[in-house]
Amino acid sequence: MAGDVLVVAEITGGSMRPVSLELVSEGRRLANTVGSAVAVAVLDEAQAHAQVLGAYGADRIYAMPGAARGPVSAVEALARELEPQVILLPATAAGSDLAAALAARLGAGLAANCISLTADPSGALMQKRPMYAGKVIATVETATGPRVVTARPRVFGLGQPDASRAAEIISRPAPEPSPTEAVVELVELVKAEREELDVAEAEVIVSGGRGLGGPEAFGILRELAGLLNAAVGASRAAVDAGWMPHSHQVGQTGKTVSPRLYVACGISGAIQHLVGMSSSQVIVAINKDPEAPIFTKCDYGIVGDVFEVVPALVEELKRAGVGSD
Amino acid sequence: MDIIVCIKQVPDTAAEIVPNADGTAIQTEGIPWVMNPYDEYALEEALRAKERLGGGVTVICLGPQNAVGTLRTAVAMGADNVLHLVDPAFEGSDAHAAARVLAAAVKGLKYDLIWCGKMAVDDACGYVGTALAELLGVPHIAAVVKVETAEGKVTAHRETESGTAVLRCPLPAVLTAEKGLNEPRYPKAIDIMKAKRKEIQAKGAGDLGLAPDSLGAAGSLTRVTKFERPPERGGGTVIEAPVAEAVQRLVAGLREQAKVL
Repeated sequence: MAGDVLVVAEITGGSMRPVSLELVSEGRRLANTVGSAVAVAVLDEAQAHAQVLGAYGADRIYAMPGAARGPVSAVEALARELEPQVILLPATAAGSDLAAALAARLGAGLAANCISLTADPSGALMQKRPMYAGKVIATVETATGPRVVTARPRVFGLGQPDASRAAEIISRPAPEPSPTEAVVELVELVKAEREELDVAEAEVIVSGGRGLGGPEAFGILRELAGLLNAAVGASRAAVDAGWMPHSHQVGQTGKTVSPRLYVACGISGAIQHLVGMSSSQVIVAINKDPEAPIFTKCDYGIVGDVFEVVPALVEELKRAGVGSD
Repeated sequence: MDIIVCIKQVPDTAAEIVPNADGTAIQTEGIPWVMNPYDEYALEEALRAKERLGGGVTVICLGPQNAVGTLRTAVAMGADNVLHLVDPAFEGSDAHAAARVLAAAVKGLKYDLIWCGKMAVDDACGYVGTALAELLGVPHIAAVVKVETAEGKVTAHRETESGTAVLRCPLPAVLTAEKGLNEPRYPKAIDIMKAKRKEIQAKGAGDLGLAPDSLGAAGSLTRVTKFERPPERGGGTVIEAPVAEAVQRLVAGLREQAKVL
C-alpha cells in the first residue's frame, strides 16, 4: 500500500479535539504496517499543534489557515495532490459531514464509524464498522484508493507519544471554496447554556432513563457526574419525555459511546440503548427491577431505587476520596 | 414550495438483527420493516412546510418490491406523489451507487428543497444526502434540528460538539434531518385506507438512463465482505446487599478490580 495515510485534524476555537490524536495514533500504526507516511491536514495555523502531532506519529503537517471557510474544497485539493491511500477523519458533527462530501467529490468509498482497520500485505484494508446500530459488525472493503474512513472519539486508543519525533510543517494556501460550499454561511454559533462534556468524548458517563421519573432527578445524576468528571447521558425514553436534550441521548437514534466507565441509572436496557453503550469498558447498572435487561450487560449491578442508591454512591465516593483531588 | 423527500425502508429499530450462517448477509425473515426514523423527521418537516406555504411533496424511495409498504405510509402521512425506484439492477448498491440512482431520479423534477434523513439506521453511512447534493451541484446542510425558509433562503440549525451552528444557504438545497427536528405524525386510519388505493409510480434503471455498470455491486465503491455478531458481553455481578454495603462493594470493585476510578 503506497501513498500516505492522511489524517484530518479537527481544530475548534484554536484547540485541537482529542480525537485528532487518536486518529494520528491509528494512522501511525497503519502506516508502520504498510510502510508509508502519516500526513496531517490542519485547516488552520498549525504551529501550536505541531509538537504533539509529531509526538503521536505525524511525519508532515499541512497547515491551511483560512481553510475552515471551505473545508471540503481544502481537503479535496490536498487529497488530489497527495493521493493518499486512506483519509482518516473524526466522526464528529463536522468530520462526518466533511467525510461524506469529500468521498462524493473524490469518488472514493466511505467507511463511516470504523472500529478497527487492518491492512494486509496485498494492499487490501479491512474496515470493521457497526451496522444496524451495532447489532452487527460488518467488514467493509473499498475497491480502490483513496478510502475515506471516519472513527468516533475514544474508539482508537492513543499511541505512546515520542517527544523526540518532530513533524515538518508545510504551508498551503487555502483554495477558494467550491460554489456550493461558498454559499453556505455561518450565521452564528450558539454555545450551550451549561458548559457540558459531550457524551461521545467523555471518559465517564452517568446516564439516566425512564426510572428517574422526571427531569428534576437528573440533578442527582449531575452531582454524581461532577464527582466522576463525567458527562450526563440519557436513554431515548428520557429524551422523548423531554427531560433531557437529544444531544445527550445514548443509543440507536442518539450517540454510540465508548467510555471507560458507564453508569446506567433507572435504564431498563432496551436493545436500542444497549447497542449504543455496550463498547464501554466497564458498565454499572442501578435499577429497581431485577429482571431489567441492563443487568445482562453490566459488570456491576445494584438492584435498588435510584433515589436511594445514587446519593449513597455519592457519599461513598466522597468518603473514598474520589473527585477530591 | 416544491419539496422532494428521499426515504428508505429499514428494519424496525427494536428488531433483533443476526448474520446468516456464512456471514454473507443478515437474516431477513420475520423482520418488521419501517420507514427509516430520520426519514420520518424529513417527511414530517416537508409536510409542515407544504401546509404552511403550499406546493407539493414528492417522496422517492429506492428499494426492493416490498418497500411499497413504506411508500404507502408516506402517502397516508400526506405525500402528494410517490416514486418507487425498483429494479433488480439496483440490488447490491452501496451508498455511492444509491446516491447516483437518486440523483438521476431527481434530475428533471422541479424542486426548491430536498430532504433526506441524516442517515439510515441499517447501514449507518450518513452519506447519501450529502452525496446527492454534490451530484446535483447544490448546497447542503446536514443533521438539521430546526429550519426556516424565507426569501429564497433556508436557515438551519445543527448540533455540533461546540454548540448549535446556525447556517444559511440559498435554495435549492439539500437538508438532512436529525432527531429533535419534529414529532412525526401518525397517519389516520382513513388515510391509511385511502393510501392503499394510491397508484405508485415505479421506475427502473432504463427509465433513468443509467448504465448497468454504474449500478448495484458493479457501480459500488465499497463491499461488505463479512457480517458478524459483535462480541458478547456477559452479565457481571449483581451486588445483593443493603444499599450502604452495596455501594461500598461497588466502589471497591471499580477501584481495585476494574481499576476505573
